Amino acid sequence: MTATTISTCGAPAQAAPLPASVDLAKETVITGVVSADGAPVAGAYVRLLDASGEFTAEVVTSDEGVFRFFAAPGTWTLRALSRHGNGDAVVAADRGINEAAVPVSL
Amino acid sequence: MSRDNALVSADWAEKNLGQPGLVFVEVDEDTSAYNGGHLPGAIKIDWKTELQDQVRRDFVNKAQFEALLSRKGVANDDTVILYGGNNNWFAAYAYWYFKLYGHGQVKLLDGGRKKWELDNRPLVTEVPNRAETSYTAQEQDLTIRAFRDEVVAAIGAKNLIDVRSPDEYAGRLLAPAHLPQEQSQRAGHIPTALSVPWSKAANEDGTFKSDDDLRALYAEAGLDNGKSTIAYCRIGERSSHTWFALHELLGEADVKNYDGSWTEYGSLVGVPIALGDEPGKA
Repeated sequence: MTATTISTCGAPAQAAPLPASVDLAKETVITGVVSADGAPVAGAYVRLLDASGEFTAEVVTSDEGVFRFFAAPGTWTLRALSRHGNGDAVVAADRGINEAAVPVSL
Repeated sequence: MSRDNALVSADWAEKNLGQPGLVFVEVDEDTSAYNGGHLPGAIKIDWKTELQDQVRRDFVNKAQFEALLSRKGVANDDTVILYGGNNNWFAAYAYWYFKLYGHGQVKLLDGGRKKWELDNRPLVTEVPNRAETSYTAQEQDLTIRAFRDEVVAAIGAKNLIDVRSPDEYAGRLLAPAHLPQEQSQRAGHIPTALSVPWSKAANEDGTFKSDDDLRALYAEAGLDNGKSTIAYCRIGERSSHTWFALHELLGEADVKNYDGSWTEYGSLVGVPIALGDEPGKA
C-alpha cells in the first residue's frame, strides 16, 4: 500500500505494517484478530460501531484474520460477519494501539 | 426510477451470469479483491486509475470514458450490472458515473461483494476476454452533479445531506475510521446539513433497506420533499450510495451528488462550517 490510500475511502491491506506517517501519539488504533474455534478467519467483514451503535467503518480481515481501525479514544463495538458465523466485542480505546479479539460462531 | 430497474438481487445475478447483453463489472479500489476472485465473467474497473483524471482532480472526460468502455468491451446497448466491496460504495459511485455519461441500462447488485461472499456464491479468477467496442457517451448530465458554488448557495435553501459517520459530521474524526486521521482540511460539516449516515440506508449484509424503511429514514431525519437535495460525504462515493437510494430507489426528482465533498469543502477559504452534532444555522 502506498501513501496515496489516504486520499481514498477504501481500506488499506489490513496486515500491512502501519504507514510511517501514522503518529501513535495522536492516532487511536484498534486492531486484532477474528477467530472461530481459535483459528483465524480470513475474509471476515468487521464493522466498527460507535458508542450509539452507529456504523463508523468496515474492513475485511487479512489472510491472518487481522483487522485494523483508526478511531478516537472512547468505547467502540466491533461486529464481525463471516461464513463461520458472526460475533461482537466491545473495546475501550485510548491513544496508541488497542488490541481486541473478536470470536465468531454460527 | 425504481427498485426493479435499478437493483438486482444476488439470486437473480447468479441465475443470469453469462447472459448475452449483460456485463458484470466489479468496481473496487482494492484491485486485489477482483484478482483473488470475482463473479464469473465479470470485468474490473478501477475507480481511481480509470475513472479519475490522473492529473487534475476531476473525472475522466467524455472521450476518456468512451475509450475506457470501448477497451473494456462494453457496448451502448449492454445492461451493466455493477458490484463491489465497501458495501457497494465504489460500485454506486461508478453507477452514478454511468448515469452521468448517459448509459442506458445500468443496475447495482444488491449487497455487492459482501453478500455474494457471505452467501458462498461462486467466485473465479479467470479474466474474461471481451471484444473491443466502439462506445459513445453522452455529455455529462449535470442535473445529478453538484459543484462547490452550488453547495454554498444551498445552505439554508436546499436539503443538504451529510452521509458520513456521526463522528466525521461532528468534526471528531476527519476520515472513516479505517484510515489514518491526519488531513489538511478543517473538520465539521456544511451548516444546515442533516446527518444521515449512508449506513442507515443499508442492512448489515450490504443490501439496501426497503423503500418504506428508506422513506421513513429520510422523513425522520427532516428531509423536505418539497426541496431539491444535495448529498455529500468525504470524496463522493458514500454519497453516491445515498444518491442511489434517494434518486434511483425512491424516485426523488432533484437529487445531486457533490463529488467534491468534504475534501474540497473543508479546504475552501472563507466558507461557513458547523461543528458538533447539530446541523447549525445558515
